Amino acid sequence: MTPTRVLIDRSGLDALIATLAAQGYRVLGPTLGRDAIVLGDVAGTDDLPVGWTDEQEAGHYRLRRRDDAALFGYVLGPHSFKRFLYPPRQRLWSVSRGSGPDLEVRAEPHDDRPLAFLGVRPCEIAAMRIQERVLTGGEFPDPSYADRYGRAFVVAVQCTEPGGTCFCASMRTGPRAGTDCDLALTELLGPDRHDLLVEVRTPRGEQIVAGLPAREATDADVATANEALARAEASMGRSLDTEGIVELLERNIESPAWGKVADRCLACANCTSVCPTCFCTTVEDTTDLTGQHAERWRRWDSCFNRDFSFIAGSLIRHSTRSRYRQWMTHKLSAWHRQFGTSGCVGCGRCITWCPVGIDITHEVDSIRNHERSASTFHTVGGRYR
Amino acid sequence: MPPITTAPVAETRVRTAKPKLAVWKFASCDGCQLSLLDCEDELLTVVGAVDIAFFPEATSTVLPGPYDVSLVEGSITTPHDATRIQEIRAQSKVLVAIGACATAGGIQSLRNYADVKEFTSYVYASPQYISTLSSSTAIADHVPVDFELRGCPISKQQLLELLNAYLHGRAPTLPNHSVCVECKSRGIVCTMVSHATPCLGPVTHAGCGALCPAHARGCYGCFGPKEAANAMSLGSWFTDALKVPDLDVQRAFRSFNADAAVFAEESKRHGE
Repeated sequence: MTPTRVLIDRSGLDALIATLAAQGYRVLGPTLGRDAIVLGDVAGTDDLPVGWTDEQEAGHYRLRRRDDAALFGYVLGPHSFKRFLYPPRQRLWSVSRGSGPDLEVRAEPHDDRPLAFLGVRPCEIAAMRIQERVLTGGEFPDPSYADRYGRAFVVAVQCTEPGGTCFCASMRTGPRAGTDCDLALTELLGPDRHDLLVEVRTPRGEQIVAGLPAREATDADVATANEALARAEASMGRSLDTEGIVELLERNIESPAWGKVADRCLACANCTSVCPTCFCTTVEDTTDLTGQHAERWRRWDSCFNRDFSFIAGSLIRHSTRSRYRQWMTHKLSAWHRQFGTSGCVGCGRCITWCPVGIDITHEVDSIRNHERSASTFHTVGGRYR
Repeated sequence: MPPITTAPVAETRVRTAKPKLAVWKFASCDGCQLSLLDCEDELLTVVGAVDIAFFPEATSTVLPGPYDVSLVEGSITTPHDATRIQEIRAQSKVLVAIGACATAGGIQSLRNYADVKEFTSYVYASPQYISTLSSSTAIADHVPVDFELRGCPISKQQLLELLNAYLHGRAPTLPNHSVCVECKSRGIVCTMVSHATPCLGPVTHAGCGALCPAHARGCYGCFGPKEAANAMSLGSWFTDALKVPDLDVQRAFRSFNADAAVFAEESKRHGE
């Protein structure tokens, strides 16, 4: 039997990618874009951003050269795997007038090729599970998501160097990958070694690993990986205080903090677009000029867009204050009541990719501080006691 | 999966004649109305679906009004035009303002921040013959407008979508959200976050498909302000975080949509 933990080197990773491709998977992973690490097709390790890293802060991202040849020496770029599981635009069905009096309706077929995701960070794995719960766990499951996610092969990379806006430790989604992946890799990079520890998590993962050029991992290798992960957990760029957060936000829907963040918020929808769990969409119907053919498309929408709140003939969220509040209270509070988990996985993308650097962790602190100062005012005998 | 068949549906709209389309020009460069001729693949279908009743750029045919749909390009800059737009409105069942000039005064609304008499004295040998208004304003500042197509120039896809929706009696799919939504949908990396290039995308109406950011350039705001545009926050980020000089921020907000209220207001915060 294949051991559940093996070591591979860069050629072993190339073999893994080649094996997945040979089995019919479209392999997607991190690649070097012009200005950021973006997700794309990966045919081998040469396609990975080898020797690159990223510098991230609120509203700030820069690609930087590393002084080593790390394969996964960076964290998350603006793309999440949501792009592939739940595409920005997707045709749902089309309809044509036939030669007779009947309409011909065609459902959209599923993709031919299954997807394999390489280099998936633990927070992203958590996000996929959350979207699965949201999109397929209810009365009307989304067949396209169920098909894509159900067939996807997931190769996780556990995080040993968190980024400046990462806070997965606060959300308990990382830096270790749980069981919702087929293989979990940890890059072990030192002065005289460059290995990947591969932990097998599923039978099909085991099957793939069996064919790779691999060495058995020693206890010392595992200990090295665990130490790196423990260091990562203690060195997150951000933290979010989740103590009583469901009730905190429910109690503070009229907090002055919402008005303050609305002064800065552009309501541009960047945060919801880069969020790996935001799932809101709208549908659009198209017709051709002749009126012989029509299509229904689904595209990403956002609670920050005005028309998203158009219900029963009118808009219910005119102000940016109400839109930001809707997003954050749903993400961090109402999501628990609706789906049983937080909607935030601590990936930090909404912080990095906000054009004006709004930081969700600071906004939670701001609400706490406003509540605290208000209650202090009450207890020391303010006028409105 | 086999085709699903349904019961025959009744025609949603019974039309006895093709709708009469007119295209009008005010102060503008003609680029927007030429978008209609630029439709190439779809042009013959469009011409087959409507009667072109007035469109001097395309045909010398002139049919009398009233018109079912009037596309109006350009801004109002002369007393004569201020009268003419009233007559066009009276002749038009549906009036659509097309382009940045017609919807926000256009680049020529830079005159709204200056002395037009001074301009004419420099440009014309005999400025006394020039009859012009001191401002350049949008069509909606003069008459009720049924729909506005944004852009400098407009997007031909958006124009087709509008005509298409009109012909089939449905609402057009022309979202008023930010350019950022288009960038993120296409997977384009943010110019401001990744290389500190100022971009008007977060306050600009979608419609171009994120043309400039796709080439790593910031958005120039050709489509004017999006709904609920927070230009003040973005303008402050330009100066405070990206260290853009005030005059450059002012110029960014005063271009093709210089008379759009939100942009105009923010431009004034960055010096006179």
